[in-house]
Amino acid sequence: MSATVAGWLQVALLVGALVAVHRPLGDWMARVFTGQRHNRAERVVYRLVGVDADAEQRWPAYLRSVLVFSLAGVLLLYALQRLQQALPLDDGMSAVEPSSAWNTAVSFVTNTNWQGYAGESTMGSLVQMAGLAVQNFLSAAVGLAVAVALVRGFARTRSGTLGNAWVDITRAVTRILLPLSVLAAVVLVLGGVVQNLSGGTDLATLAGITQHIPGGPVASQEAIKQLGTNGGGFFNANSAHPFEGPSAWISLVEVFLLLAIPFSLPRTFGRMVGDRRQGYAVVGVMAGLAAASLALATWAQARAGGAALQLAGAAAEGQEVRFGGPLSVLFGTATTLTSTGAVNSMHDSYTPTGGLLVLGNMMLGEVAPGGVGSGLYGLLVLALVAVFVAGLMVGRTPEYLGKKLGRREMTLASLYVLTTPALVLVGTAVAMSTSAGTGSMLNAGPHGLSEVLYAFTSAANNNGSAFAGLSANTTFYNVALGLVMALGRFLPIVFVLALAGRLAAQGHAPVTAGTLPTHRPLFVGLLTAVVLVVVGLTYLPVLSLGPIAEGLS
Amino acid sequence: MPALRSGRQLVAAVRLLLVATVVLGIGYPLAVTGFAQLVAPGRADGSLVSVDGEVVGSALVGQAFTDAAGDPLPQYFQSRPSASGYDGAASGGSNLGPNSPDLADLVAARRAAVAAFDGVDPGDVPPDAVTASASGLDPDISPAYAAIQVDRVAAARGVAPAVVRQLVDDATAGRDLGFVGAPHVRVLELNLALDRELGR
Repeated sequence: MSATVAGWLQVALLVGALVAVHRPLGDWMARVFTGQRHNRAERVVYRLVGVDADAEQRWPAYLRSVLVFSLAGVLLLYALQRLQQALPLDDGMSAVEPSSAWNTAVSFVTNTNWQGYAGESTMGSLVQMAGLAVQNFLSAAVGLAVAVALVRGFARTRSGTLGNAWVDITRAVTRILLPLSVLAAVVLVLGGVVQNLSGGTDLATLAGITQHIPGGPVASQEAIKQLGTNGGGFFNANSAHPFEGPSAWISLVEVFLLLAIPFSLPRTFGRMVGDRRQGYAVVGVMAGLAAASLALATWAQARAGGAALQLAGAAAEGQEVRFGGPLSVLFGTATTLTSTGAVNSMHDSYTPTGGLLVLGNMMLGEVAPGGVGSGLYGLLVLALVAVFVAGLMVGRTPEYLGKKLGRREMTLASLYVLTTPALVLVGTAVAMSTSAGTGSMLNAGPHGLSEVLYAFTSAANNNGSAFAGLSANTTFYNVALGLVMALGRFLPIVFVLALAGRLAAQGHAPVTAGTLPTHRPLFVGLLTAVVLVVVGLTYLPVLSLGPIAEGLS
Repeated sequence: MPALRSGRQLVAAVRLLLVATVVLGIGYPLAVTGFAQLVAPGRADGSLVSVDGEVVGSALVGQAFTDAAGDPLPQYFQSRPSASGYDGAASGGSNLGPNSPDLADLVAARRAAVAAFDGVDPGDVPPDAVTASASGLDPDISPAYAAIQVDRVAAARGVAPAVVRQLVDDATAGRDLGFVGAPHVRVLELNLALDRELGR
């Protein structure tokens, strides 16, 4: 079988699996977030935490819960890293340096999982398990909660409230993320992903060389790292490490895990707003963008672009033999289209066009399908922009799902759309104009600019993947990227929840002959165009100085 | 009073965080560890491979087959170049860009070295032999890279190439399920088979 045919067959298998779980998982998530009953374990949690689980929150209270919870997460994670040498299971690691600890704490709480540090030489098992892996669950749960709150904004009529953040976060963990992670971890263990608490083995190789074989609770962490679109690897090489990605089929399972929830959430949305066709339109936009990006990237990576790669004969630098080209591109595309940032190949060594595409995937705002929760709320905000654009064309007040979009609503949507590009471009500009910023580049010329641009794009979009040649574990990058990650996560959440509050308070306008149907192919095309145009106009100048210049050179 | 409400929220946040740390940070990984150690202890501990009771490596983690001076041992199939020198405590790739002059120099030097060592035409050296992997611990080489090493290994061990070629075939894995990933040759398994069948 030719490599090309095999490559597309593995895509077909992946798509089949995603289609198969779309309905059951999407419907299940809708039930989780609309159900009235609390199970026994949850009631125990609510009692321990001291919240009234049946009390509804208005949007400012919902927002305050989300922000306070995240702030507490940052503080705990920072403390764990700074004190790890005094705690058990430190595996001989010393306290993490302050700027790195700040960066990592923000990184994991914001679902970014940017890693300035190398896992196997920085973090002991306790920090990995009780610190980082816990935030893998909680940051994904927060994303789900915010998305659900926005969906309730569309679904509810003249309501002052959006639900209860504590309940949403708890249920996201107990009914979705934890059960699925256990299942996934079992599969990963059977596939050869390590899971022990031994701290590793030292041995003499066949040639008599001493080699350290690392250990750790890898499978349990890998499962939620993918499922929660987190992406922070146990090891520096992330899912390319043989203990995180021991075989090609396991790597394909990992791609499935990171796409499963984001691609099922539109179904949840459709169910909750009482019109499943709206969910199909949303998933249609996501799937169309993803398919186009994958096709382009596969094509680009198959032709060894770039002088050094042409000399090698293929884009094999930074790729594992067992995965091969097509699976490497599939993983790279999926991880940057979601907010995952895990890698099974090194994006810094991609061909110029391939590197441009994975960068562009993140610049789309990670809405195809995006991170757990954040992808859905990102695309819904862009849907409002699309409806607004259509309304301008025909001179009607824009409406989406019966909600009228006035000046306030569009202001919030616009602020949401502008936040990330502002963070990316300002951050990159600051880095490029200081020696602290430019001193960390590994490659010279346009590729060096791409490394910095990639870092800020990854941070602002909460992705976490890297053009890893950039030496990002410096005070400048730790502090700057930490700030960008925090603002890139929480400013949009503020805008989304404020928007949700305004929408929930409205009634539903009746559908008339003049209403733009938002479930038809016309709207799918319009929304796709809006996503592409917003991105294209924003980033084209800087892209032409970086990857485009490199591709043409 | 918003300030008061925020204070109460903070208490709730810290408590939920502590509950989550116990359940998700300790309970969950320990439960998975228990399952793994019970059901698949070998895999959970890193698929270690032993010869005569001595652990010589992990079936999943690549290693260098070089002498003390770092020169390749002719009696063994060679792994790919590694950005970390097959250091198990420092995984990662080179991260050199597609137009990097450093990478171009490395590729040219590796091509010349492999061609000379294996006695083949430089044009026959496959891409994986001249590029570093993503992990720096790639346990596999392509069937093409194994093929150009057969004659050299056979000569070093004083056996017919056909004998070595048979062992290469035994250590070659196709795509998973027939279409996932890429065909690969497991280098440690192959070199262990050489030692076992033909003596060290």
